[in-house]
Amino acid sequence: MSERLVVNIGPSHPSTHGVCRIVVELDGEIVTHAEPIIGHLHRGIEKMAENRTYLQIVPLTDRLDYVGSMYANWAYCRAVERLAGIRVPERAEYIRVIVCELQRIASHMMGIGSAAADTGAFTVFMYAFEQRELVVDLFEALCGSRLTYNYVRPGGVSADLPDGWVDRCRTFIKGHPDAMREIDRMLFGNVIFRARTKGIGVLDAADAVAWGASGPVARGSGVDYDLRRDDPYSMYPRFDFTVPLGERGDSYDRARVRLWECVESCRIVEQALDQLAEYEPGVIMTEGLPRLLAPGRGDAYDHIESARGCLGVYLVSDGGVCPYRMKVRSPAFSNLALLPLLATGHTLSDLIVVLGSLDPVFGEVDR
Amino acid sequence: MSLVELREHLCATFPDLCPLFSIEFGDGVLQVGPERLHEAMEGLKTLGFDMLGMVTAVDFGEEFELVYRLRAREMGVAIIVRARLPRHTPRAASVTDLWPAADWHEREVYDLFGIVFEGHPDLRRILLPDDWVGHPLRKDYEDPSIIRRPDYR
Repeated sequence: MSERLVVNIGPSHPSTHGVCRIVVELDGEIVTHAEPIIGHLHRGIEKMAENRTYLQIVPLTDRLDYVGSMYANWAYCRAVERLAGIRVPERAEYIRVIVCELQRIASHMMGIGSAAADTGAFTVFMYAFEQRELVVDLFEALCGSRLTYNYVRPGGVSADLPDGWVDRCRTFIKGHPDAMREIDRMLFGNVIFRARTKGIGVLDAADAVAWGASGPVARGSGVDYDLRRDDPYSMYPRFDFTVPLGERGDSYDRARVRLWECVESCRIVEQALDQLAEYEPGVIMTEGLPRLLAPGRGDAYDHIESARGCLGVYLVSDGGVCPYRMKVRSPAFSNLALLPLLATGHTLSDLIVVLGSLDPVFGEVDR
Repeated sequence: MSLVELREHLCATFPDLCPLFSIEFGDGVLQVGPERLHEAMEGLKTLGFDMLGMVTAVDFGEEFELVYRLRAREMGVAIIVRARLPRHTPRAASVTDLWPAADWHEREVYDLFGIVFEGHPDLRRILLPDDWVGHPLRKDYEDPSIIRRPDYR
């Protein structure tokens, strides 16, 4: 038995993917316990929301998952729409699906790219970021922002698709699957990456369910659960897509599930663009919505499948113009709680790989 | 499974929980007292609710309301469990023994609302620093940096 050593990683460290501090207990090089210390990015968004009108909260939700702002926008808007009984025009729902599937690609490119960079595969990081850049360019053309979009609003979306956008988008989704196959060969066929990730941080399906894991983290362990299919919302019942699953639940499977989800997202976007063509441009917002929403007393919970998993928003209204309480159920928070379970017994360098494979975004963990 | 079928299933298995169940705005809701919370949650778990989605609380002045959202993947149905706690003794039984997912969620509720979960293995603050004073999501929390929004209506 060698001497026990306690090492502090972070909170500001390149491999922690944000501001996370991890206190690691080591026996030699083997992790005997790892405790994530979170909250460094806690801005009290839930408290701030109690002091803002329903529309003013949308930009706050951008700052939750800042790699996938569209998701938080959408989840929040769904909760508001449910609370206030707003029906959204179908064209707006299609646009929401399109932007959120593109957002999934952008977010997974960040996830795969940084997981690859953690294992030294920096080339893949650049290839993945090239794809992310293309999506971000599309978003910039759509709403003027590249990171915090404030695009999905209660009742619809803030702007219709600009001229030529659909063609640009089609060009992107045509080329993207090939780029994914290239990354598949370059990263998932790479002997170093395989050696670093296979069998590392194995999560079995029962643990994934018990710990409330969702998204690629749960699906990497073979938990066949995707809200888009199993609790269908918006226009998802109209699309044909499959849910990629992992088998062993290790870091490799979690990263690879993300890769194939991107290809599936392209299929969904393609179908959505085809179906969108039947709808008249311009009808993107529910008519007659007051500037100051004041839903009646009550509460509403709604959730969507974000790039990280089940992202839910719970709203309580007392009839006023501000929510009485807003709670964000963030998938990254629940997924990160698995870190001690997954990293124990591996080496310190594997801990970084496991953390990367969970793909946490700390804006969402800390809120 | 629809919520009506869920009600039948629940009433057949746990007749004493039956009167506590209601359907509100398309959600199945089980309203229990804090003393029966753990028992009810255990029952729901045996019924097939295998995923604990979230634990949160709402400050209603005299009382806190704990809100749990559970999901049964097999049945394809979700349920919200609510329990009202008196403000002077905000204590409830922890459900970490049923779903380990509750661990961080209960710590968060403790941190931001000051609700104590009995039986939790490691009830500490999670988002705020350990030396923070007060529980910010309580409605009576005061901080000089909070500027109240004027009422425009």
